[in-house]
Amino acid sequence: MSRESENGGNDGWVAGARPATATSGVAQNPFFEYLLRLADDRLVLGHRLSEWCGHAPILEEDIALANIALDLIGQASMLLKLAGEVEGKGRNEDALAYFRDAIEFRNAQLVELPNGDFAVTIVRQFLFDAWDVLVLERLTAASNQALAGIAAKALKEATYHLRHTAEWVRMLGDGTAESRARAQRALDDLWPYTAELFLGDAIDAEALASGSGVDVESLRSRWRQTVDQVLEDATLTVPKDGFAPRGGRVGRHTEHLGRMLADMQSLARAHPGAAW
Amino acid sequence: MPNDLSPVATDGARSAETQWDLWEVFTQEGAGAPHEHAGSVHATTAEHAMQNARDVYARRGKVVSLWVVPTGAIVASAPSDAGPLFDPGNDKAYRHPQFYKTPRGARGL
Repeated sequence: MSRESENGGNDGWVAGARPATATSGVAQNPFFEYLLRLADDRLVLGHRLSEWCGHAPILEEDIALANIALDLIGQASMLLKLAGEVEGKGRNEDALAYFRDAIEFRNAQLVELPNGDFAVTIVRQFLFDAWDVLVLERLTAASNQALAGIAAKALKEATYHLRHTAEWVRMLGDGTAESRARAQRALDDLWPYTAELFLGDAIDAEALASGSGVDVESLRSRWRQTVDQVLEDATLTVPKDGFAPRGGRVGRHTEHLGRMLADMQSLARAHPGAAW
Repeated sequence: MPNDLSPVATDGARSAETQWDLWEVFTQEGAGAPHEHAGSVHATTAEHAMQNARDVYARRGKVVSLWVVPTGAIVASAPSDAGPLFDPGNDKAYRHPQFYKTPRGARGL
């Protein structure tokens, strides 16, 4: 992954116009918007991981990555189904997954970045998992019973994901000179994108006020405890905070998401309603 | 008693310098059931072996417990021992428990 191209991909939103949220009607329904954020993180990251299927460095890890991908896509499916019900316009999980365009996706930019080498994929997954466990822990107490149920199921899965990726970060960081260098480079490249995970806005505040949200800003110190400990075990250096791209939560994405969606959505769009 | 019960050569667990160690996986499918050999995985550490075993052998079934054992720690009988070790039992019917009636409802025997 080229850091320069990532940065270049983000220049658009800094100077850019307001995102086109009107098309999806999200402003009128903040809880729908909130559920899309939760779902799209999982859908996009799950699809990214699925790109490893058949390509991972060893059979066991190929299966492990596919397992995590399926967990995430399963969570996304449940969350999008709930989102469709909350929206009340007759869209089901497939309509929301396959017939929205990039500007209508609400995932954090971290999860849409290209897989890079194995270290990039593992470090990205680890940084996400450490955050995801904290989010899901809180959502198990959501006032919306459907969301609380999904969170309880997802938390078990995420706890394993974190155990798996944390172990891999330790192995890569405290491994060979090459694995350590690749892990550190991945960490340096991805670190800026973690800031967006902890930025709340009016949508988050409204979900929190209704009893079905998470104060993401308050999660940062516990996330750093987990991350710092694993990185120390892995002999990796925690990058400095600085450049912090954001905008995914309101539909401003890197150029990578559109290409990924073109691939992910092509079958469903070419054969609407296809079943197999 | 033949005396060649030496551990399986650890060379067998490493097919190349770049190959991770081999671990044997045993799964248990319910409380009280035996741990049964499910297969093997490659891994660098015990924790890594446990995770790979979980992902490869415990993701679909009703597994409640996993054992992973370094392949080199398994002591195996040699094929040539099959006669002395296992044959004598066949014609000693009194060693077999088939004369007992299994109580109805007893499972896992």
